[in-house]
Amino acid sequence: MSNSIIKVEHLSKKYILKHQNAERYTALRDVIANKVKSIFNQQSTIDNQQSREEFWALNDVSFEINQGDRVGIIGRNGAGKSTLLKILSRIVTPTKGRITIDGRAASLLEVGTGFHPELSGRENIFLNGSILGMTKKEIENKFEEIIDFAGVEKFLDTPVKRYSSGMYVRLAFSIAAHLEPDILIVDEVLAVGDAEFQKKCLGKMKDVSGQGRTVLFVSHNLQAISTLCNKGIVLNKGTVHTDAAIDICLQNYYGLLKDYSFNENTSKSDRLNRTNGKASFTKALSLLPDGGENKMWSFKYNEDLRFKFECKVNEPCDGLTFYMALKGMMLDSIITNVKTVITPDGLNSGQLISFTLTIPARNIRPGQYDLYFAIGNKDGTSWYDVIDGNINLPTLIILPVSDDPHENAGFTTIPFSINEKSIS
Amino acid sequence: MSKHRIVIEPDTEDSNYWRDLWNFRGLFYFLAWRDILVRYKQTVIGVMWSVAKPLLTIGVMWFIGWLFHSDVPTGVSRILLVCTATLPWQFFSSSFSEASNSLIANSNLLTKVYFPRLIVPASTVIVCLVDFFISFGILIIIMVLTHYTPDIKILMLPVFLLLAVITSMGTGLFIAALNVKYRDFRYLIPFIVQFGLYVSPIAFSSSMIYNHPTLPQAVKFIYSLNPMVGVIDGFRWSILGGDTAIYIPGFLMSIAISILFLFVGIWYFRRMEKSFADVI
Repeated sequence: MSNSIIKVEHLSKKYILKHQNAERYTALRDVIANKVKSIFNQQSTIDNQQSREEFWALNDVSFEINQGDRVGIIGRNGAGKSTLLKILSRIVTPTKGRITIDGRAASLLEVGTGFHPELSGRENIFLNGSILGMTKKEIENKFEEIIDFAGVEKFLDTPVKRYSSGMYVRLAFSIAAHLEPDILIVDEVLAVGDAEFQKKCLGKMKDVSGQGRTVLFVSHNLQAISTLCNKGIVLNKGTVHTDAAIDICLQNYYGLLKDYSFNENTSKSDRLNRTNGKASFTKALSLLPDGGENKMWSFKYNEDLRFKFECKVNEPCDGLTFYMALKGMMLDSIITNVKTVITPDGLNSGQLISFTLTIPARNIRPGQYDLYFAIGNKDGTSWYDVIDGNINLPTLIILPVSDDPHENAGFTTIPFSINEKSIS
Repeated sequence: MSKHRIVIEPDTEDSNYWRDLWNFRGLFYFLAWRDILVRYKQTVIGVMWSVAKPLLTIGVMWFIGWLFHSDVPTGVSRILLVCTATLPWQFFSSSFSEASNSLIANSNLLTKVYFPRLIVPASTVIVCLVDFFISFGILIIIMVLTHYTPDIKILMLPVFLLLAVITSMGTGLFIAALNVKYRDFRYLIPFIVQFGLYVSPIAFSSSMIYNHPTLPQAVKFIYSLNPMVGVIDGFRWSILGGDTAIYIPGFLMSIAISILFLFVGIWYFRRMEKSFADVI
């Protein structure tokens, strides 16, 4: 007997896309009109068919999930993640294939499903709990924990329409977090709430999986996935791309995401708009530990970050300065930067300069960062060329190597020393 | 563990459906509870609405009946005659129209959570039933004011109420399922309700139709196809007694139609149910 708790076999889901008819629903009027038209006019049936296109949101997907696995489902927008979760949650039926689920599954595709704005917090806890599949007794037993976790004691009898959006989300997540199914299916719910609450949620989800429950988790927050999940499934265009341990999945996903290569002509006009073009980058790549090209621009926390650049001088200029900035993905503010003179000597057109940049391991904390590279004159007062996210430079990804928050939190590691220690 | 085994396949008849429906009875209860709670929030006279609406209808229908001198059985006041018809009619019209719109109104639930979809229209019918019980107080008050004492036949009333529930459920389920795909039915629902108000025996009694000397037999037959005729005649028979004898063939016809509607409604609803989340 295998211990797989979810077994998906050759699952496919087809949608019909209607190109001309952008209306969300059909009107009987239109159906009748089209039928009548098609009787009189053979042409219109052909037109009609042309405007319909089959779209396979999922195509022959098979995988198994074992009891206690925490599986992250990753993929770009439109890869079929949400469709998969909807089928697993029995909201939509598949077109082909078969799924066997052994156990009580609860899905959380949205926080606060069925919340009614006119009802009080207390009433919504009962309503939402029962929508998520809890019995009245279960909700009563968990009631204290739920309000405690959400921190809304004071507002229990206030209609939720008067809640701040933060309170609303906290209450909603708190109810969901106290579900106790064998299998928990979660879609992108951590994308809401403040950072602190997100952390709390993540911790709660970890607790849930610690109790031997199976978790299926879809998120674009790759850091959350990498800390929470032990297994992964990468979906690409409706098919399973990778079904393996989470590290391998993340690596493959980055590969999928950024098949990026930079060359001299990449977004040239954009770069020239912002700089004087006296010299230009001809190569910018990140390096694997063995010296090969790291196409994913992702590093493990315990690896040195290495980048290689090549520049070409277009017009005579007075030396070369290299500048790099590291920006927080959401923050849009600089976390730290580097400026260094590569050469103070005058350069002639046609000269080539190449160099590598190394940032020692364990300095940049796990997460995703925007990079910004520029070259300029020796004083750093005028700039020759720039590469950044605007010209599709990939984001820098640092993967965690442990669960320890003291290695994962924040952005950078600072040097410190403890001296004059005395224990008496 | 095999107790919870779920197999998801396209187009298979789900043998666990009715068991699932039972397992989700808590949700059924909470949805009804929500609708009752929400209904009269931020209203001035609150729950009085479920009295005010039938009361006004009774008034108008009484006036119409009086104006056209419709027959009133001996020993019964006209107001009682109208009241016994208005209450089941109000129940039918509100539960039918709310059940029909219930899926659309709860589309956010349908696309995010699994549960047997039958719960949604069914719970709206329950809400209307609660309204019915509140408005039933009107009938009791009228009976007291007109010194009318019903006889033992009033014990049959729950049977006719059940018939009203069956009728509104059957039609409601059918239209609700259609409404998900074809929003035309949104416009049809108020029309059906309005139309029904005139063709059902509310301001007059059924005997006026069945005993009409010149009305062709075909019209009488068509009249008996209206399931609400059976419900209203049943209400009148059990409350007003003696003189309002039920016209049996017409009554049986109404019952048959009601039950047919229920089966067709459930069958169609179940057939369409799986695609609700895709098309809503």
